[in-house]
Formats: sequence, structure tokens, C-alpha cells
Amino acid sequence: MENLLNIFVRSIFIDNMIFAFFLGMCSYLAVSKTVKTSVGLGVAVVFVLLITVPVNFLLEKFVLKKGALIWMSDSFATLDLSFLSFIMFIAVIASMVQLVEMVIEKFSPALYNSLGIFLPLIAVNCAILGAALFMQEREYDNIAEATVFGFGSGIGWMLAIVALAAIREKMRYSNVPAPLRGLGITFILTGLMGIAFMSFLGIKL
Amino acid sequence: MENIEKEPLFSAKNIKLMTNPLSQENPITVQVLGICSALAVTVKMKPAIVMALSVMAVLAVSNVVISAMRKSIPGRIRIIVQLVVIATMVILVDQFLKAFAFDVSKQLSVFVGLIITNCILMGRLEAFAMGNKPWPAFLDGLGNAGGYGLILIIVSFFRELLGSGSFMGYPIMEKLGIYKTGYEDNGMMILPPMALITVGLIIWVQRSRNKSLLETK
Repeated sequence: MENLLNIFVRSIFIDNMIFAFFLGMCSYLAVSKTVKTSVGLGVAVVFVLLITVPVNFLLEKFVLKKGALIWMSDSFATLDLSFLSFIMFIAVIASMVQLVEMVIEKFSPALYNSLGIFLPLIAVNCAILGAALFMQEREYDNIAEATVFGFGSGIGWMLAIVALAAIREKMRYSNVPAPLRGLGITFILTGLMGIAFMSFLGIKL
Repeated sequence: MENIEKEPLFSAKNIKLMTNPLSQENPITVQVLGICSALAVTVKMKPAIVMALSVMAVLAVSNVVISAMRKSIPGRIRIIVQLVVIATMVILVDQFLKAFAFDVSKQLSVFVGLIITNCILMGRLEAFAMGNKPWPAFLDGLGNAGGYGLILIIVSFFRELLGSGSFMGYPIMEKLGIYKTGYEDNGMMILPPMALITVGLIIWVQRSRNKSLLETK
């Protein structure tokens, strides 16, 4: 249990997807104009990460890893399919996003309408594939750890985008130099927020 | 084939396809595409150059492939088709790097894989390759990857020079004897947030020189 809590806090603050690895930056910069839409996108990302990371974990454990196919036949003991992981992960993500979209549309039309175009766009959000690849690299032991990692990463991403959107809403009242307006100042803001988040780096969990 | 009006391979229009993305339509500073991987690999120049070349290979080839198939891809599943083409190319590049430049491929870690979801690829495939012939698509791919690489190289140049006092791994600050004057490396430049601030400053310089890019709000 303690271990799970560790992974959770780590993935939110210390290994924050945005501030430590710059994943999911494109939508992060493009959709952070208002708090409302950024909350919607954040929820969708949390949702998709919560589902795809465990699914990809199972895929990695029972299909892709070296010797993972041993449950089918002993002759597969030395087979290593890990070079296929990119294409498998992205296929899982794209189909999961499609599935999630259909489920949400069926059971919660209100949420579906508020997410709008962001839901399909999540398939190409680097944070989702990034989480799958980090999960593979860090070799989590069981599915609970992988799920908690996915959930935490999503929460961390959402925290970051909502914070940036809030600052950008306030910034409308400030007098930014003209060439820096819009994109430029957003980059610098994200950098400053990243420096603030670096204070979590020293924490040993 | 004779009655088709032939355009010279390097006509003015085609040259523009390649040079425009270097400044006026730079993928990173203007189109806001492909930020994710751009920032994480710019601590040193060498991985940045490798990354730029990998993106160039993937983007140019997948642009050509998608553009050649553009009439037979059903609209509804085009994203999956595009992802499969990109993913195949990325696997090739990844295996190539692992075989011939293992230490650089270790430094790049997951970011080679993340070329798949690099928005430059999807963005250019959607915006250009789906509606143009293979040759212009190829040039567009080279140009956009070039513009991406240019920013990567500028950012990594400053981060490596100011952060670790070297240029392409050569300890230039030490050889010039600058440390004796009391200069010290700025450790801050190596940290990830400084990459963002550096790009922000590049945007500032670019937009103050090129007024047409200013955002009005």
C-alpha cells in the first residue's frame, strides 16, 4: 500500500509529465486559454491514462516482453517482440480512445458534449504514449502499480494545465511586450512553473 | 504523360515549401507543433542533431507514403493509417539507432518512440500530405523537419554552451581559459525548465524582427 502511495505522489509531483518530461505539450499550450476547457481536457486525459496504462501493461507482460509468450507454448520462451511495442501501444491507445469515446457518448452525453473534439485528439497526445513507454522502461511489478502510475500521471498533467490556464486568464490584464504576447509568454510561464515544480526533486520517497 | 503540364522539380513554389518552415512558418515557434520532444533532447547538441535527423527521415518518408496513398485512404480511418505508417518508420529509425549509435539512442530514451505522437508528423500529414502530390510533400517534410531541427540546434547550442561550457562535447570554455577569470557554468541551463524559457526568448526575438507574426489579443 505504501509503495502504491509512493508511486502516486511521485508521478504527480516529482515525475510530472509536463514539467519533468515535457509530454503532452502541444495540447497543453493550445488548449490552456480558459480554465473550463482545460478542466475538460484534463479529465479526459486522466480517464484515458487510467485505462490505457493497465491495458498496455498486460500487453507488455503477456505478449511483448522477452519470453512473455511462454504461456502459449514452450517454444516461444526466447521470443522477444519488444521491437513491436510502439506500434502495439499506439494501436491500443487509438482503439481505447475510440472505445472510451463511444462509452461516454452512450452513458454521459453531457460529459461527451463538454469534451467535444478533445477526446479523439487525445490519441495523439504524447503524454499517453509517453506513460506507456515509461511504464515499460520502469518495469512495474504488478498491474496495481501500473494503474496507480497511469492515474497519477494523469492527475499531474491535469494539475499543470489547469494551473497554466488560470494564470493565462489573469494575464489578460497584464501589459506583456507585443512580440512576447500569446505563445512566447506561455513558454516562459511554463518554464517558471517548471522551476517551481523542481523543488519537489529533492524529496526521497 | 506528355500532355500533363510539367513543373520543374525545383520551381519557385517548391523551393518556398522548403524555406518557409525555416522561419515564417516554423513548426515550433509559429505552428506550435512538436514541442514535446523538442525540449527534452536539447541538453547537449549531439542528441539534438540525431533527433532532428530522425524526425527528418520519418517525416519526409511518411509524407511521401501518405501522399502517394492519399486517394485510397478512407476518411474515417485515416488517423489510424497515418499512425501505422509513422509507427513503422519510427521502428526502423529506432532499430537503426540502436544498431549504429547505441549511446545516443540510450540518451534519447523514450523520445525516439515519441516521434510517433510528435504533432509535427500528424499535423503535416493532415495539413499537407493528404492534399498534395508526393514530390511537394517530400519537400514539405524536409522543410518542416529542417525548421524543427533548426530550433532544436539553436536551443541545444545555448544550453550546452552556457550549461556545461562545451560545444558538441568539446570543452570550449575550458580551452579558452574563461574559467580563470572567475566565470562559472550556469547549472540552471541544464534543467528542463530553461529549455522552455530559451524557446520563449527565441520566439520573442523572432517576433520582434517579424511583425507579421505578432499575436493580437
